[in-house]
Amino acid sequence: MSDFKDLSKNSSPSGTLDGASVVIINYGAGNIKSIQFAFKRLGVDAILSNNPEEILAADKIIFPGVGEASSAMKMLKESGLDKLIPELKQPVLGICLGMQLLCLSTEEGNTKGLGIFQSHVKRFSDDVKVPQMGWNVIKDLKSNLFKGIKENEYMYLVHSYYAEHCQETIAKTDYGINYASALQHENFYGVQFHPEKSGIEGQKVLKNFLAL
Amino acid sequence: MLTKRIIPCLDIKNGRTVKGVNFVDLRDAGDPVELAKQYADYGADELVFLDISATLEGRGTTLEMVLHVAEQVNIPFTVGGGISSVEHVDALLQCGADKVSVNSSAVKRPELINELSNKFGSQCIVVAIDAKEVDGQWKVHLAGGSIPTDVDLFEWAKEVQDRGAGEILFTSMNHDGTKNGFANEALAKLSSELHIPIIASGGAGNVQHFIDTFTEGRSDAALAASVFHFGEIPIPDLKKELKANNIEVRL
Repeated sequence: MSDFKDLSKNSSPSGTLDGASVVIINYGAGNIKSIQFAFKRLGVDAILSNNPEEILAADKIIFPGVGEASSAMKMLKESGLDKLIPELKQPVLGICLGMQLLCLSTEEGNTKGLGIFQSHVKRFSDDVKVPQMGWNVIKDLKSNLFKGIKENEYMYLVHSYYAEHCQETIAKTDYGINYASALQHENFYGVQFHPEKSGIEGQKVLKNFLAL
Repeated sequence: MLTKRIIPCLDIKNGRTVKGVNFVDLRDAGDPVELAKQYADYGADELVFLDISATLEGRGTTLEMVLHVAEQVNIPFTVGGGISSVEHVDALLQCGADKVSVNSSAVKRPELINELSNKFGSQCIVVAIDAKEVDGQWKVHLAGGSIPTDVDLFEWAKEVQDRGAGEILFTSMNHDGTKNGFANEALAKLSSELHIPIIASGGAGNVQHFIDTFTEGRSDAALAASVFHFGEIPIPDLKKELKANNIEVRL
């Protein structure tokens, strides 16, 4: 209850860009502080919350995630968020592991995903260094999420598992294999890279998401 | 294609940047947050902050600094120096650090690497290794290079990978502060024996040294301090030169 009070204090007066409120789903997985700061640099007070009412009331939702897939999924289940997230109607942006958990499955910890994106997540082969760590390009960009972003723009990535292509692929990246570095299904968006850590161009992606 | 990374390293003491030459003789090189922002604007790919504060107060100040950096800088950064517990790492990550780097404490208690990578994920655990070549043998050193051990560099590097490190930051003490180039032979050996990324550190003096460490040394990233802090090698010029030498970099 005290958590809720603190959060509501944070949530007023804003959380806004053009009046939109942003909630970052806080389920214990990953570096959400960086995402919150990235929105702050855009002039938006994004709220951290695991409260279903607050999440449902938000205009835009960020689904973050760093770490190991099966333990992240366990935390989602414990809080009931695994049921809530697929029901969301507003724009949702999964970042890194957040995107992977929105897929059908991931080889990491042999985990079943939330099944929004019709993609399976696999481990990079040993022909490349794993994790992929650093700046790589995104190309074949297909969504308003990438408005103003040029082809072959660099984004920052840190991951050992990748999403296979499916009809929902909206950006592609090469690392040993050509894989989906972004996905979209209706109101659900996912990016494998970290827009919050990808300099000015990454910031543009977050700004585009706010404008969806 | 994944690019090679250029990483300025800022040594932090009580919230201020300093740089040791051969690990002694500290010089003041400015405010860390301002420096970090400037580096991000100039095209640095990542930043490393090494906390060399000796006191608890100094470490507290560093935590505050981490928060300010995370607030203002939009590229990834690693924090290292004196980290020996899950709680300390948790505090740094909570303040917005992207990765942490452990060194001596991991040699003393290798299970720390397992604990950290299990809790926070390999991707944010960098193991820094300081080593010195004596009579053809690379031996790991502790406490900023001041204490020699019998641990072999290559055996230790393999072990930290197996325990879940996401990346290795290798500093050659023979090269550090000399400005005569990186330890490319040892770096290439690390790269061929391991499957995690290797950051080269120690010895950067000119642009050719960076070209050499990415080609001969097969390094994934190169870290340097004074050549960047004192403007001897501007990062945009360095990256243009690397690109001209067919080395993939982010421009």
